[in-house]
Order: sequence, then C-alpha cells, then structure tokens
Amino acid sequence: MGRKPKLAIFKFTSCDGCQLSLLNLENELLEISRAVEISYFIEASKRVLKGPYEIGLVEGSISTPHQLELIKEARRNCRKLVAIGACATAGGIQALRNWKGSNELMKYVYAAPDYIDTLDKSTPISEHVNVDFELRGCPINKFQLLEIVSAYLAGRAPSIPNHSVCVECKLNWNVCVMVSEGVPCLGPVTHAGCGALCPSYRRGCYGCYGPKELANVASLAKHLIKTGRNRGETIRLFRLFNAWAPGFREVESLVD
Amino acid sequence: MTEKSREYKVDYLARVEGEGALYVKVRDGEVVDVKFKIFESPRLFEAFLLGRMYYEVPDITARICGICPIAYMMSSTHAIEQILGVSVEGPLRQLRRLIYCGEWIESHMLHAFLLHLPDFLGYDDAMQMAKYHHDLVKKALRVKKIGNDLVALIGGREVHPINVCVGGFYKTPTRDKLSNMKDELKQGKELTKELIMWLSKLDFPDFEQDYEFVSLKHPNEYPMNEGRIVSNKGLDIAVNQFEEYIIEEQVPHSTALHTYIKGRGSYMVGPLARVNLNRNMLHDESKELLKQVGFPEQCNNPFMSIIARVAETLYAFEESLSIIDVYTEPDRPRVEVVAREGRGCACTEAPRGILYHRYDLSPEGTVISAKIIPPTAQNQKRIEDDLRTIAPSIIKLPHSKAVWRFEQAIRNYDPCISCATHFLRLQVDEE
Repeated sequence: MGRKPKLAIFKFTSCDGCQLSLLNLENELLEISRAVEISYFIEASKRVLKGPYEIGLVEGSISTPHQLELIKEARRNCRKLVAIGACATAGGIQALRNWKGSNELMKYVYAAPDYIDTLDKSTPISEHVNVDFELRGCPINKFQLLEIVSAYLAGRAPSIPNHSVCVECKLNWNVCVMVSEGVPCLGPVTHAGCGALCPSYRRGCYGCYGPKELANVASLAKHLIKTGRNRGETIRLFRLFNAWAPGFREVESLVD
Repeated sequence: MTEKSREYKVDYLARVEGEGALYVKVRDGEVVDVKFKIFESPRLFEAFLLGRMYYEVPDITARICGICPIAYMMSSTHAIEQILGVSVEGPLRQLRRLIYCGEWIESHMLHAFLLHLPDFLGYDDAMQMAKYHHDLVKKALRVKKIGNDLVALIGGREVHPINVCVGGFYKTPTRDKLSNMKDELKQGKELTKELIMWLSKLDFPDFEQDYEFVSLKHPNEYPMNEGRIVSNKGLDIAVNQFEEYIIEEQVPHSTALHTYIKGRGSYMVGPLARVNLNRNMLHDESKELLKQVGFPEQCNNPFMSIIARVAETLYAFEESLSIIDVYTEPDRPRVEVVAREGRGCACTEAPRGILYHRYDLSPEGTVISAKIIPPTAQNQKRIEDDLRTIAPSIIKLPHSKAVWRFEQAIRNYDPCISCATHFLRLQVDEE
C-alpha cells in the first residue's frame, strides 16, 4: 500500500464555519480519512504530522503580524494551497475595519487595546502568497470542498461553476424577487455556489459568495438607486462578508 | 537543587473551536500560575455593527460562530424585537425553538463525539477512534447529520442559515416538509439513547467543585429563547439586569473578556448548568434515561458534562417531534416591524450556555451601540479555576498524561474560542 497523500487545514481570522464544513460531511468523513492522511487539523485532532502536505486548505483572513509569517510557511509546505471561504478569499466581514483602521474600532470592544496585536487591514490569502484555488462563500458549499479535494487527488482541475447566482435561480425555476417584488438582490453580480438559496426563500441575495468575474456592479448599483434605494443602503448591501473583494470594494465610487 | 519548577503548556489547543492555549506553572509542587489563554485574533463585531440597520444584525452576528450561528441569530432577533415592541408567538415561536433544537443536536454531537470523547479513550481524534470504535463513530455522525438536516430544512443551510430574520422567517416550511423529517428524528432519538448508555460506562475522573451554575429558567419549558437568569446560589434576575450582576474585565492573556458575578466570582454556563437547574423540565425519555444511568440530581463533576450534552441532544429530539406533531403553518412568515428608538437586550441558551446581546437603536433603526457576551467568555474564569484546583492531583501524573488531562478539563466546557473573541490559549509551566 502506498503512502496516503497528506491534507492540512490552517486557520486564520475566521468563525471556524468553513473548516467545520469538512466535519459536516458526516456521510463522507470516514471515507475521506481513508483516502487522505489528515495531517494537520487542529480543530479536530491533536495529531500533527510534518509537511510537506499534498493539499492545504486555508480558512480565515490575515489580520495579525504573526499570521503573515504563518501563511508563508503554510505555502512552502503545501503542493496545492486552497483558500476556502470569504475570509480567506476576500478578507471576510472583519475587512470592514479596512475603511476605518482597527485602532478606533478596538477601543470600542476592549478597554485597554494595547494588549492586542492586530494589523490595520484584514486581507485575503492571495494578497500574501500564491493560491492554487479560491473557493468562495460565507460559508463555503461543503460539496464543492469535496470536489476540490477529490479533483486534486485525481490530478485534475476542480470543476466549480463560475456563473452568477442569477443562473442558479433560473435553474431552480424561481420567480425573480427583484422583478416581481422589488426586493434588492445581488444575484446578478454574485458568484454561484449556494444554489440560489436566498431567492428560493423569497429574500434577496446578500452576496455571501462575493463578486463573480467581470460583474457589472456599477450597473446593478445604479439600478438599485433608480428603484428607490438610497445611496447608503445600496453601499451597505455590498459591505458585508465580501466587502473588500475587488468588484464590491469600489462600490462607493460607483454610486456617486 | 531542591527547587523544582515545571511548565505544562500547549501552545495551540486541539479539538476546540478557535485558537487557545494552556499554561500552568508549578513550583515545589505548588501551582503558581494558571492561564487559559485566548489568542484568536479579534474580529471586532461590536464595532462594525455600528451604523448598520437593525434588520442586518442577525446575518452579521451569525458570522461570529460557524458552529452556533442560530444562537447569535436568536439572541440578536429577540433583543431587537424587544426594542421594536413585538413578540413572536405561536407557530413562529415554535419554529425558532425547532431550529435551535437542530443546532443543539449538531453542536452537542460534534463536541461530545468528535472533540471530547477521544480524550476519554486516549485517541488523538475521532478518525483514529473510528478505527477501533467504527460503529459508535458512525452512529454519532448519523445523529449529528440529522441535527444539521433539521437546521438546513428550516434555515436553508447548516452553517450561517439564511432564513432567520427580525420578526420570524423569510419563508416558513410546510407541514408536510416537517412531517417528512419525523422518521429521521425518531431514528436520531433512538440512536442517542444508545449513545448515552454507552457514555455512561466511561471512567470519569473523580473531581467535584462547588460550582455556581447559571442558566435561563422558564416556567413552562426547558429554556432556550426566554426566561429569567438563575443560579443554584440564589441568582434570580431578569435578563435586563444582566449587566448589573455580571461584570466583564479585560486580562492581558486573552483576547476574550473575562466575566464574573459581582461580589462572588466565576460561574459555569452550558449543558451541565442547564440540566442541573432545569432537569424537571426535560421530557420523559431524557429524564428517565438520566435516572437510569444514575446521573446525580446535582452533578458537580465537569467531566460528566459529556452526559449532560448528549441528554440534551435526546431532549432536543423529543422536543422537535412534539413541535412538529402540532405544527400548523402560520399565516405570515414574520411579524411586521417598524423601526424605533430604544434599548433592548436578550439572552438565549446557545449550545455552550447563555449568550447575551444588548443593542441601542436610533429612531431610524440604526445600531448605535452593541454588546455581546458569549458563553465561552463567561466560562473562561471558571475554566482557570478548574485548572487551578485540579492541578495538584494532575501534576503527579507523567508530564504528557498531565497535559492531556489539563486539556480534557478545558474541553469539559466545549470552549468556542471564535465566539469568545472578542475571545483562548493553554500552556502549563511547572517549576
């Protein structure tokens, strides 16, 4: 029997939800642990096996000086490095600090902010190291995660659709919430992956999978304003879990 | 040399959610320093809630924790509804309870079997444990999955569900959809009974403390979303008195604020506290099973929290089934609300214990202040007290065993560090 390929899971600034997706694959988890050696997964195991690792999954954004060093080490140790979730691909909701700087915000949460060492900005993994694949979502779709791991193990490219949530919505035969009910919806500019969950529950997409490639955010933002949303409300729609993603980041200048 | 000092440390604790460390220092057989450190980087939620609209709050606070997003959604919606002067009753209230049951099941099973049980049996993780206890792990995963399926059925997905809002839901499930889950829930219930019987045969370290247990208490039901805050030592307050009695303080070794009861000290929240304070409110089967396995009327052994956790899982199955049995589809998915000015607070029972939220809104419904006190932040001080009192018996063990036992004592609390940060790290020094 050959040696099993090693899998590592790294965590930076995040809510744990994306790495939890692996443990939420209840029907597949034991099978996965037979196919790969889960070698570094602190949330689930005390056992730490040394790299190099075949696949490294990275959850969370870079927001402290120490993490800057750790991510470089992780990159050196992994053949394929995959950023998973909105924190790792776009900086996460904690990137809202990027507009104000964290000092002012820290004072609000902590009485003596001096003890706490953070960077001014919360940034995606790709800003610091080369990333082989970015899996979007807040949270990620666990079956897409399984597809990426399976693909790399099989030596092929992962097959993850990159169209918009709008397309998924049509595939579900949903009636458009924006057209029929005037509900603001980010579906036209948001990356697919959730299966158009929000519109299927009669609410507008809030963009948790971030901007799709070549999204026309300006056009959607203008449409939202034309149909009665004020400027602040329109900007806020894009200022959530993927606020710092290029495409959403510039929304303020697009609605002037 | 007569003076002997030893350190026990774990720089990055495994099998807890988030980044924490353990530090214990012993000199001449005396424990001189104990720290349960939290080094998870802060995410400053309370700060960036400022300026958001009240209706955005549940989706934002959900992102504090990927394991218990429902808890954050429940505490925030209830606090905001208090400001807006609405209360959510009838089937909508029951649906909220039902989705919370789903979260209790998945979160409790994750902790009990994937994170905590390997400590008792001496495995690094559940995957290693599965090589020797395959059926057990499979059953536990099956039960966990049913909990997740319940959350997803109502909430849209298991992590960061999308269907919860101020006033209720975006879309309520049909009666058929819920009824279709009954078989699975019944199966989950039976499996959980087997699991409790199995756990009751574990060897529990002999360790008891005179704890102050704190939980919600409700006159008619096992507490989830409402009730007064009570303890076994006489605390009995309304939720809006929380900040008068419970004090937060910052300590240098933690990015999570510590809390204590004014004039007294540390306290324990979570399943063990809830079971101790509300056992009479459990349903028949969970009550009966606790009796059958000889679970003490007042259990003061934190290592036995694993039983309390799985007993609550059983309760959650019973409660889900009884909710579904009488569920009628509501006329509207949510109560309509109108923005108004004011302050509101709420406490709900997250899987790990009481979770307090307090907000101030402007007349337009913008958040002008926010305060969030998660269960793990509340348990931190109690965890350190446990480490301090258990240390003298542990340091007689060989070093690696001692460290393991210290870690297990921390895991008794199912710490969720991502939550607690504004929130954990353990290192033990022996001199």
